[in-house]
Formats: sequence, C-alpha cells, structure tokens
Amino acid sequence: MKVFFLLSIGLMVFVAATVIKTGYDVGDKVSEFKLKNTDGKFVSLSDFKKEKGVIVIFDCNTCPFSKAYNDRIIALNKKYSSQGFPVVAINANDPEKSPGDSFNDMVDQAKKNKYDFPYLVDETQGVAHAFGATNTPHVFVLKKEGDNFVVAYIGAIDNNAHDASSADKKYVEEVVDAILQSKPLPTTKTKAIGCGIKWKNV
Amino acid sequence: MKRLFLILLFFSSAASAQKASIVKFNVLQKLIESKEKNIKVINFWATWCAPCVKELPLFEALNASRPDGVEVTLINLDFADKIDKVNSFLARKNMKATVLLLDEIDYNKWIDKVDKSWSGAMPATLIVNSSTGKRRFVERELAEGDLEKLISEVK
Repeated sequence: MKVFFLLSIGLMVFVAATVIKTGYDVGDKVSEFKLKNTDGKFVSLSDFKKEKGVIVIFDCNTCPFSKAYNDRIIALNKKYSSQGFPVVAINANDPEKSPGDSFNDMVDQAKKNKYDFPYLVDETQGVAHAFGATNTPHVFVLKKEGDNFVVAYIGAIDNNAHDASSADKKYVEEVVDAILQSKPLPTTKTKAIGCGIKWKNV
Repeated sequence: MKRLFLILLFFSSAASAQKASIVKFNVLQKLIESKEKNIKVINFWATWCAPCVKELPLFEALNASRPDGVEVTLINLDFADKIDKVNSFLARKNMKATVLLLDEIDYNKWIDKVDKSWSGAMPATLIVNSSTGKRRFVERELAEGDLEKLISEVK
C-alpha cells in the first residue's frame, strides 16, 4: 500500500513536471516539422533554410483575438517576407471542438483574406505541443543560426489586441527588426490573453 | 405604500440579472489586496471562451449558497465595447454574481500582478484568503467540487 502511495506520488510529480516542462523556451533549437498547407501541398520548416528567420504564429479562424489580429498578421508577412523573414501560420484547433476550424474552413479563410503565407493544419496537434503553444494567436519568432532555427521570442504580436493603431509596443516587429539589424533583442517573452488552443480529448 | 414599493424593488432586483461594470486594474488590485472579506474567489472569463462559460454555473452556485465570508467576483475579459453582449449574456443566463469587465488591453502590464504563473489562458481562478494570506491560482476549467476544495486549502 505504501509502495503504491509512493508510486502515485512519483507519478503525480512526473506528470506535473511534464506539464510544466513542455514546449520550447527562448534559445531552444526547433525541430523539423512538416504540415499540410491550405493549397494541399506540404510545407516543412526546412523549406525556409535560406531565410533569416520565420515568424511562426499559432492561429485559427474562430477566436476573437485571431480575428482582431488577422490584418496585422497579413501585414507582418507583407513587411518581412521580402526581408527574409516570412510568416508561417499554423492552426492546431481540434475541428470537433471548434467547428469553423476544419481544413475546408481554413481553405476558405486563406482565400477570402488572400493569405500570401502558408496556413498549415496541425491535425495531430503534435507541432503545437512541441512548441508549447497555448493560445491563438501565439507567436514564436525563429532566428536562423547556422543550420538551425532557434527560438528568439515567444508571446503576443503587440500590446493592444483590440486596436492596432493604439498598440505602442509592437513586440514582434521590434524583435524581427533587431534580428535583421543584428541588435540585442528588446523583448524575448510576453504573455497574452487569448483563446486557448482547442485540444483533442486524450 | 412606500414599504410596498421597497418590497417590489427588492423582488425586482433579486429577480433581475447582474450587469457588468467596466473597471480598470486598480479596482481588481484593491479587490485582491482588500482585507474586507475573508475569502475572495475571483474567476477570469469571457463570453467567447467556451470552457469558461461551461464552468460559470459552479461560481453562480457558490455565490447563491453564500457561504460565510466568501465573496465571488467574475472578472470578464471581453473587449469593453462588447459590454452590451456581456450584459445580454448575463441576462440570458440569469447570473447574479458580481461581474466586472476589466478594460485593460495591455495585458503584460497586469497579468503577472494577478499571478506570475499565469500564461494568460482562460479560464483562470484566483482564491485569496486575506486573513491567512494563503492563495491558490488555477489556470484550467474547474470541475464540480474543485472550488470547495480550493477554498478549504486557503483556510
């Protein structure tokens, strides 16, 4: 009985530790991933090896915060893809839990809003888990270092989800500008209220 | 006549749902730090957050049971210009607990002041006992019985 008790405590500690330890931190090397884009073709992180970095954004069709940031995400790609720093959006929501986030809905969303960046479906939610993404939109700025992509920034796009023109701290732009100019990063981590990613029941 | 009026007023206000007031972070901070009541149960939610909406009845039930020295406050995080949507939600669900719409869009200025461990995901619940100084913060959807357990943990 005592052994069983100790085992359960051990298991609980282990589970708690894994919950806390999942996902990338700033400075971590990012593993390769390969996901299906809305055009039906697969996109890998290694497809971007000639770029200076990638702005990975966990996003979706349905969250009010994603809707509020949609124009700003499109603008980020317009501004930075030509400078070697494109946007890659990933939708990890379980379409059973979040109707409106099915692959077909993603195709519609990308067409309607003229996405000129990949909008990938993370069907198994494996990539979202690997990154430790929790919210939408949740940004991971990846910087190319040698042959690897390394996490440079995790968090929100800016400091005003509601109104782009009132945002006076544009976290992602400031970080990408700093990387492009080889300057020290002004911010590496922020927090953001947002819709939680709709995880599948395990 | 006046008495009848007061009785009617009492019943009409008891029957009508709560309306949200728009507040800034200083109001929430005062609530967290105040010594006035014994235990404060503070829930962070939004009308668009499905797991939040699902667990709201637990807070309503706790509020209705009025346990001694427990104060329930629901902190709504919808955008402030959506207050009508919030109020019609409260009316539809006939909610009675106090609802404050926190109009603080620069989240990084205050999230850590609620709790350092908070990633920003909702629902989230903070339970503070101003007499003992004990607090619990949980960033997940609560199940039946969880609130009572958390309250007993800060006693």
